Amino acid sequence: MFEVTIGIEIHQQLDTCKLFCSCRSQLVDEEGTLFFRRLRPTQSEMGEVDRAVLAQAERRMHFAYQAPSTVSCLVEKDEEPPHDADEEAMQTVLTVSAMLNSKVMDEVHFMRKIVIDGSNTSGFQRTALVAVDGALEVNGHSIGILSVCLEEDAARKVETKDREVTYRLDRLGIPLIEIATAPDMHDPEEVKEVAQRLGSILRSTRKVKRGLGTIREDLNVSIPGGARVEIKGAQDLGLLPTYVKNEMERQRSLIEIKQILEKRSASPVLIETKDISALLQASRSKVIHSALSKGGKVFCASLPSFVGTLRSADGRLRLGSEMAQHARSRGVAGIFHSDELPAYGITSEEVASIRKFLELGDMDAFALCADQADRAQPALLSALSRANQALIGVPEETRDPLPDGTSLYSRPLPGAGRMYPETDVRPILIEQDRLLRIKENLPELPEARTLRLVQDYGINEQQSRQLVREGHDELFEDICKDVSLVAVAARTFLSTYPEMQNEGVDPGSLDDVKVKEAFSALTSGRFTKEALPAVFREMVKGASVDQAVSSLGLGAMDHDEASKMIDELIGQRAEFVKEKGMGAVGPLMGVAMKELRGKIDGKEAADLLKKRVETFLKG
Amino acid sequence: MVRLKAEGMEYTGILMPHHEFSHPDVIIIKLKSGYNAGIKVDERSELTLVSKAQERPLKRKSAKEDSSLPTISFLGTGGTIASYVDYRTGAVHPALKAEDLVATVPELSEICRMRSKVVFSIFSENMNVETWQSLATAVADELNDGVEGVIVPHGTDTLGFTSAALSLMLGDIPRSVILVGAQRSSDRPSSDSYINLLSAARFCVKAQAAEVFVLMHGETSDSYVHVHRGTKVRKMHTSRRDAFHSVNEGPVARMDLKGELEMLGECQVKRPVKVSPDVRMEKNVALLHFYPGMGPEMVRRVMQDQRGLVVAGTGLGHVSREIVQVIKEQVSQGKPVVMTSQCLGGRVNLNVYDTGRDLLSAGVISGEDMLPETALIKLMWVLGRTDSLEQVERMMSENLRGEIAKRREL
Repeated sequence: MFEVTIGIEIHQQLDTCKLFCSCRSQLVDEEGTLFFRRLRPTQSEMGEVDRAVLAQAERRMHFAYQAPSTVSCLVEKDEEPPHDADEEAMQTVLTVSAMLNSKVMDEVHFMRKIVIDGSNTSGFQRTALVAVDGALEVNGHSIGILSVCLEEDAARKVETKDREVTYRLDRLGIPLIEIATAPDMHDPEEVKEVAQRLGSILRSTRKVKRGLGTIREDLNVSIPGGARVEIKGAQDLGLLPTYVKNEMERQRSLIEIKQILEKRSASPVLIETKDISALLQASRSKVIHSALSKGGKVFCASLPSFVGTLRSADGRLRLGSEMAQHARSRGVAGIFHSDELPAYGITSEEVASIRKFLELGDMDAFALCADQADRAQPALLSALSRANQALIGVPEETRDPLPDGTSLYSRPLPGAGRMYPETDVRPILIEQDRLLRIKENLPELPEARTLRLVQDYGINEQQSRQLVREGHDELFEDICKDVSLVAVAARTFLSTYPEMQNEGVDPGSLDDVKVKEAFSALTSGRFTKEALPAVFREMVKGASVDQAVSSLGLGAMDHDEASKMIDELIGQRAEFVKEKGMGAVGPLMGVAMKELRGKIDGKEAADLLKKRVETFLKG
Repeated sequence: MVRLKAEGMEYTGILMPHHEFSHPDVIIIKLKSGYNAGIKVDERSELTLVSKAQERPLKRKSAKEDSSLPTISFLGTGGTIASYVDYRTGAVHPALKAEDLVATVPELSEICRMRSKVVFSIFSENMNVETWQSLATAVADELNDGVEGVIVPHGTDTLGFTSAALSLMLGDIPRSVILVGAQRSSDRPSSDSYINLLSAARFCVKAQAAEVFVLMHGETSDSYVHVHRGTKVRKMHTSRRDAFHSVNEGPVARMDLKGELEMLGECQVKRPVKVSPDVRMEKNVALLHFYPGMGPEMVRRVMQDQRGLVVAGTGLGHVSREIVQVIKEQVSQGKPVVMTSQCLGGRVNLNVYDTGRDLLSAGVISGEDMLPETALIKLMWVLGRTDSLEQVERMMSENLRGEIAKRREL
């Protein structure tokens, strides 16, 4: 049996118009006009409508939308029916489907997938299944492709305030290709390779967006005895193996917790809370004091037989943190549990009094939550439900990836049946002729590209492979139209970029246009190639090429200026030069380069120095 | 559930109804993932039945009645406003019973007791004189039965025509009749139908008003609705939620989502009158939109079997010299011609230019600031009661149901 089973879903934004209107697909800083909407679960989806559930849903379903006029129109505002699906986007998906050897549907039907978190103004996402049953070869291992879909991206969340969420409509409607692999991966590192491989296939169409946030991955991870957990929306490819490893660890620890609880014959905890505000009236704990002083309450609940599972001494078992994540999804800052107390200002006397109040034995644990009553109580109840899931094992759920490689509970896995036909968009018949033409004109595959770059630019194969895998190939070729730039471009992408990443700066935030500007400034002699890494480091901080040049004090020097500067230098050290003769050139070079780096070419500086020292010695 | 084998592939899923725009050889199957896929079939394809669908009984929650609440009557006409979707097939069904309506908008049961009737079930573009007549009769019956108000969910396309027809046919009414539409069908989470229906019920109960109104969103946000006079309202956008505007006057009232009501204009107030609807109407009345170069022969042919004509003229109410001549002929044959303006905003004035004066001499009747559609409905209704040109002119110029305003504010 495999140690882990992983499938991935990759979402790649296309660089075309929006899917169902003629707006540009671009993110902008402009906020545009603001409008407000509500979304309601529709009757059939909810089955019987419970008044209380509805009221609760109602409270959370107020949404504000920023509609920048340059990148959104009535379609995104849900004020105009969708137009026909963008031809170029459809052509791109068909091309990718062909490259993945998958079977394209004879007729593509768009569906409405119900989403009522406000990220779609309509309350649904439009999505269509384009192809199924493909395969991808990675390191001699065949990875199944379950489906290739074309869908619209959701609006971008810009703010969550109390019970109102604000979205911006720039991202809504940008076409996305969604590729789902079969659960054919069993090694965390393989996940990254598959994702990279899919990425380079997608990029080879030259119709996809590049840069941060334009490609997002969902990971489906399960281990034997665990459950399918979806980590949704990871943006950093390099972190994928870490997400998988951490999730494996998390599932293992949950299985261990289950076994411990079984051994103790723990029964489900009662989903009920007790008000212990009176007991903690005089508590010095900041959290408790602040809740009580604002008229809030402290609720607690017993967790019989759970001691040591909420947080084990070695920190491996952490059911408490899982429970806290569920509580937080109900709007509280967190919970306290007995495995971590006394701490946070809660004294051992207070712990003892709570234990006594709850009549707990040695193996019993408790959790408490302090906030406004209408928040604290539901939050603690949901934490208790999570505790009970520990008796069953690993719950299926959706989790949000965090930048440190871990993940946070977000919601239960959605069911499958949330789709119904998008009647406003006509089905699209895919003629066999069209598929044939696409197959005959497939873009260059990554392997072919790697070989061609070697031939065309004289770089070595390992360099070429890295350029293609990391998606710098297109830009590299663009820059290398000026063949004198091949070496410096290769060095930039293959060593400067990784160096910057190691320093924690993201060169990915530089778009192609900016990178090209830097190279053209280099070509026109604004600075020398030695200064290029420094220029890029400035530009990542947000500087333009001009700003970078001036803040680095670059600004290329002409030959006369440089001679003058070197003569001054020799003059200052006249004695030393006279004494050492031509031997002074070496030591002086270092001093001279301090002044000249980036302003004139290194070799040119050395020649010049030598010449001027000669002249000086000749007197 | 079926299994389809075609071109070496096998698909299992629910067989879906054929889409109108689908290729004739394509079979649509809803796969387990929820996606619909169109598969082309030929004589070699095999389709086998795996299992039959089970009839799923519709769960209906019985409407709980609070006997202290007033009763509101809902008269269905077949718009998509109060409909629900079958998520399995995607088919949209109209909500036919009060229970269905409660299920769609459960908050209604906190405002009123409901009773409902489906008068007919058609797209609003298929409305005609007969449907207006039967609707007016049904509304009158409900009002005479003492309900607090009548709400008519209606397709939006011809909402303004129906509201004008009801305004005239019903005459004096004791309480309000509200026509409500939705620009986003109610099977969508973003539908405007819920707020519009809820606000209509609140308005019937809260407002002292007793007229025929149209109630729709006041702006693109889900923030407030506008209540428009039935004779002054027009759909001014093909798809926006706030498509409806009052023309040549402001909306009568505005209500926010919490039910806060603000009366903005004057209207008839609730009073104990019995409704005696007069539904007589002359069907053969035409509405022509004048354009430069409009052929006089075409107009003559159209008018051969018409008994009256409303013209949407240019500007202050003008048509070409040739059409003036045609109008003159018609009037001399005893067929009334009413002039309105395609500007919509503003009043017709036939005294300013020669053409206007020529039209007056030709015997044209000024439609004042009436909407062309309202003038059409009114002329039909007037001709349903009299043939006398003199009487027609007198009634067309008189403000009967708020269709003519004496003054317009900036």
